[in-house]
Amino acid sequence: MRLLLGSLFALAIAAMVGLGATWLALTRGTAFGAVAIGAWTAWPKSGTRDVDPYARAAIARSGELPVGSGDGVAFVARTDDDARPLDGRCDVRISGITPQARFWTLTLYDPQGHLIGNAIERQGFTSQEIVRNADGSFEIVVAPRTRAGNWLPTSGVDSYMLVLRLYDSPVGVATRAAREAPMPSVVQSCS
Amino acid sequence: MIRWLLWLLAGALLGGIVHLVAVLILPRTATQDAYSRLSPIAPVNAVAALPQPTAQSEVMPFMDPAFASAVCRYDLDSGPIKLTVPISPAYTSVSFYTRRGVAYYAINDRSAGRRQIELQLMTAAQRADLPEEEDVTAADRLIVESPSATGLIVMRALAPEPGLMPVAQAALSRATCKSEPLAAER
Repeated sequence: MRLLLGSLFALAIAAMVGLGATWLALTRGTAFGAVAIGAWTAWPKSGTRDVDPYARAAIARSGELPVGSGDGVAFVARTDDDARPLDGRCDVRISGITPQARFWTLTLYDPQGHLIGNAIERQGFTSQEIVRNADGSFEIVVAPRTRAGNWLPTSGVDSYMLVLRLYDSPVGVATRAAREAPMPSVVQSCS
Repeated sequence: MIRWLLWLLAGALLGGIVHLVAVLILPRTATQDAYSRLSPIAPVNAVAALPQPTAQSEVMPFMDPAFASAVCRYDLDSGPIKLTVPISPAYTSVSFYTRRGVAYYAINDRSAGRRQIELQLMTAAQRADLPEEEDVTAADRLIVESPSATGLIVMRALAPEPGLMPVAQAALSRATCKSEPLAAER
């Protein structure tokens, strides 16, 4: 009797630990080989055949197709530079320069990777669309209400994520530090 | 008390194994992966344009709305695939994925270096069957080896501004993806 109870207990723990850890790993994103620069994180290995099993499972679960490493690299920001989650009711300024790339796009998604509807049908910018300063730097304002300049509407959602994709860029698996890949700052201000 | 701690430890160890097995098995059992999502709209060994993602409808999450895209769902069982993709004015790329969504190869217009991206996709066995001299003489022929017999080729053309989307879509509409049995080549 004690043996039976004990093994049932052990099996229950096993199911909880095993499935709980799997769920956590796949929803929080624990793929290895992350390149974190400021608020931005990329997983260049997810676009190669050396993709690790966690990234493989997460990709299969979400149904996305990662950007191939011969195509480009995707940097994701879920927080601002102070590690506060991005809030669609606040103003976020993305300013600075991007790493070398032939083109880049910045796109706003909900936390599951779906586009968010808005009245002006704008979900992102390409590197050719934005208004730049004389020195080539730029500023994009992600905010719920209309702004002059490069304005990306949030539609006031609770949380969202930004994806900056660099196409035909030397940034990739070998990139380690911010010196090689200067990413724009992400500053959030809530009124 | 000790006995229960031991059971707890055994359970935790077993849980670790369950976790690893679940992670490894998941790609094989996922029913909503990219290949399954694309199967209803993409015929085998033909190019199908993907609808532009909008907030209301999208085939896959995390699609880049600045790109026009098309897909060829390939099956190499009946022979290698010949792929041609005309280059759009801004930026064009072709990415190859296995049945399980592993991006094993990607090329862009600049590395292809021509007016159109032209290549052959085959399995390692089909490549080994190629007549030797053919492999050598056609040195400029681009051959991509697929690790799996089925998979996805995703062609994407950038529209640097929304007004240029029709140009990007037009370029992709001329892409071709055809099965070419090896025997016919000889």
